[in-house]
Amino acid sequence: MKEEIIIAGFGGQGVLSMGKILACSGIMQDQEVTWMPSYGPEMRGGTANVTVILSDDRISSPIVNAYDTAIILNQQSMDKFEQTVKPGGTLIYDPNGITKHPTRKDISIYKIAAAEEAVKMKNAKVFNMIVLGGFLKIKPIVKMENVIAGLKKSLPERYHHLIPMNEEAIEQGMKIVEKIS
Amino acid sequence: MGEYKLMKGNEVIAIAAIRCGCDGYFGYPITPQSEVMETLMEEKPWETTGMVVLQAESEVASINMLYGGAASGKKVFTSSSSPGISLMAEGLTYLAGAELPCVVVNVVRGGPGLGTIQPAQSDYFQAVKGGGHGDYYLIVLAPASVQEMNDFMDLGFELAFKYRNPVMILSDGIIGQMMEKVQLSPEKPRWTEEEIQKISGSWATIGKTPDRQRHIATSLDLDAASQERFNHKLQAKYKTINENEVRYEEFMCDDAEYLIVAYGSGARISQKAVELARAEGIKVGLFRPITLFPYPTKAIQNRVPQLKVILSVELSAGQMVEDVRLAVEGKIPVDFFGRVGGMIFSPEEIVDAIKTKLVGRK
Amino acid sequence: MMEIKDMIKPENLVYEKTKVLTNNIMHYCPGCSHGTIHKLIAQVIDEMGIQDKTVGVSPVGCAVLAYNYIDIDWQQAAHGRAPALATGIKRLNPDKYVFTYQGDGDLASIGTAEIMHACSRGENIVVIFVNNAIYGMTGGQMAPTTLVGQVTATTPYGRNTELNGHPLRITELLAQLKGTCYVTRQSVQNPAGVRKTKRAIQKAFENSMMKKGLSFVEVVGTCNSGWKLTPTDANKWMEEHMFPEYPLGDIKDE
Repeated sequence: MKEEIIIAGFGGQGVLSMGKILACSGIMQDQEVTWMPSYGPEMRGGTANVTVILSDDRISSPIVNAYDTAIILNQQSMDKFEQTVKPGGTLIYDPNGITKHPTRKDISIYKIAAAEEAVKMKNAKVFNMIVLGGFLKIKPIVKMENVIAGLKKSLPERYHHLIPMNEEAIEQGMKIVEKIS
Repeated sequence: MGEYKLMKGNEVIAIAAIRCGCDGYFGYPITPQSEVMETLMEEKPWETTGMVVLQAESEVASINMLYGGAASGKKVFTSSSSPGISLMAEGLTYLAGAELPCVVVNVVRGGPGLGTIQPAQSDYFQAVKGGGHGDYYLIVLAPASVQEMNDFMDLGFELAFKYRNPVMILSDGIIGQMMEKVQLSPEKPRWTEEEIQKISGSWATIGKTPDRQRHIATSLDLDAASQERFNHKLQAKYKTINENEVRYEEFMCDDAEYLIVAYGSGARISQKAVELARAEGIKVGLFRPITLFPYPTKAIQNRVPQLKVILSVELSAGQMVEDVRLAVEGKIPVDFFGRVGGMIFSPEEIVDAIKTKLVGRK
Repeated sequence: MMEIKDMIKPENLVYEKTKVLTNNIMHYCPGCSHGTIHKLIAQVIDEMGIQDKTVGVSPVGCAVLAYNYIDIDWQQAAHGRAPALATGIKRLNPDKYVFTYQGDGDLASIGTAEIMHACSRGENIVVIFVNNAIYGMTGGQMAPTTLVGQVTATTPYGRNTELNGHPLRITELLAQLKGTCYVTRQSVQNPAGVRKTKRAIQKAFENSMMKKGLSFVEVVGTCNSGWKLTPTDANKWMEEHMFPEYPLGDIKDE
């Protein structure tokens, strides 16, 4: 198994931490992982993205320009990354704020209204966990128990009481993700 | 061995330093390596191992604080990125001239000048060929993974004290910012006063006792003849380092007709390119120097008879390629492919370069 | 008549070489203040019994070779960086007495950042600052402390404030910083001055183990070679011209 993923959106959406939880979950099931963020001034409000690779074998390049899955959370990222999905690959996006929807015919496209769902759940902070749930529904590359173990690993102990809430968000994301084409 | 953790290269540098019994860190914030000091401050090692962590007023001060600690026999390190390392050039040549051990981590970003905060490998010349004035070398280690960021901290101190020479860990924004699975080294206690006495007691400035001459950490010798003798001694040391400390890794080289030479993050991306090219039936291998000084000249020479062309792949305008050419001695063509200014090549771009510059070479 | 060897007896001894000084012949010009200041530091180290606990940091300048004369462990610093070295030594070896010995070019010109921040952080070290208003080692160029109108190799028509700015009273500046506990200015051109300077140096060394912060002792000195005066005239010139700009006495004692 090898999955090359780009997660892209605004700084503050939890793009980097979502990638980190995914990578942590991979380690929990003895996979090789890399997590390569865009870094710099864009961390403070602009676009943020992270490349996460999970693999059963040693990972050579942490940097790739074609992805198995693109998780896209704003229009700039859509413009930049729609074309980088490998033919036959997967694109997941939140329609919130998207003005130009994806048009490719050679990939599977999924929609997840995570921002809207987070509002319903009255917790903007679980936005990225809803998205993660949507991804895991489509690509169950890590087991739920390993995600929880990964969360425990990556969160300081003082935040462990938030784990059930995150779990709920992941499950909600699995429910609301829908295939478009 | 311990369990696997998911950590950033820069974080690992800090944790590995604490775990290998480092005595002190002095540094100044600069992107993309600020996590090193941030992690150290978060960890508060002064409460556990007794390691000192101090934010200096500049890189100039950091490297000179390092000098002070190193000359008293302590395991000290600093970290910075390209513009900060330029400021440290003075201190580095003094440390080399006074034969003092220390570790300097350079998380390289693009230049020249203030340049960019994005990753680059354009400080190869500065790291390997000097940087400061005078005939000196740093021992230069080039990690290509977060795991090697961990491993080279301890190795760096080992080499620094073995040869009484500054060691540079030449990383970059990719290895520093990237998270990977890492297995931390077992914890080692800091050296006791007795151990320091045993290891460095013949030269460290730790207080003159009546039974010995005073120790002086200096790089000054106004007498030219004696300065020449000292320089010969330094060169003999570098020769020993060249004979004993070369490290490199080969990937799919046994039947290779073409060879990529790349180090650090460049080697990681090149490895994927080699995998892609091999899938298309191109017999290309990857040679990764791990030590940049000493350079694996002989190991490259040994591969030359089986090769048609070599390609040096670097995130620079072509710096290490000069050492590849020196190794090859004109026997076969050596070409270059790189991106500069903080731009990163993709594996596919390297595959294209393999096709045009190696296989399709006219 | 008495032979010399008959006179060398303990009961006839009126003065002896300071034990913590080496037997090396000093390279300083006759009349220079450095020799006296070196001797005072050596005496203080000897009397406090801290030879095996003291590390000195020598500067770039005439005193670069201070390590040849005071018999303790030394580190030689790049120009201006002595306070950074001393910070590294002291932070990692808090049981050691650590001092820097710096001239006006080293401390007040190229090394202003390092001294400022060492003072600001309140490093528990001693700084001996020798101010003779000129660059001695490089052949008598203008220092930051050179007086207005003073002729040097790079101010051949006298220091002109429009061109060269004003003499830098860095000691007064450093006294403003919370990290300094003792800031004083002394001189060694006469026995009274020598005694006071020695007391100041001793106090500074004692302070450094009380974790009170940085102790700073400026010694206004002569450079008769650079000033192109005889040693006697240099002393006189110092009293007449240097002391009004750099008045002696404690500036801060907490």
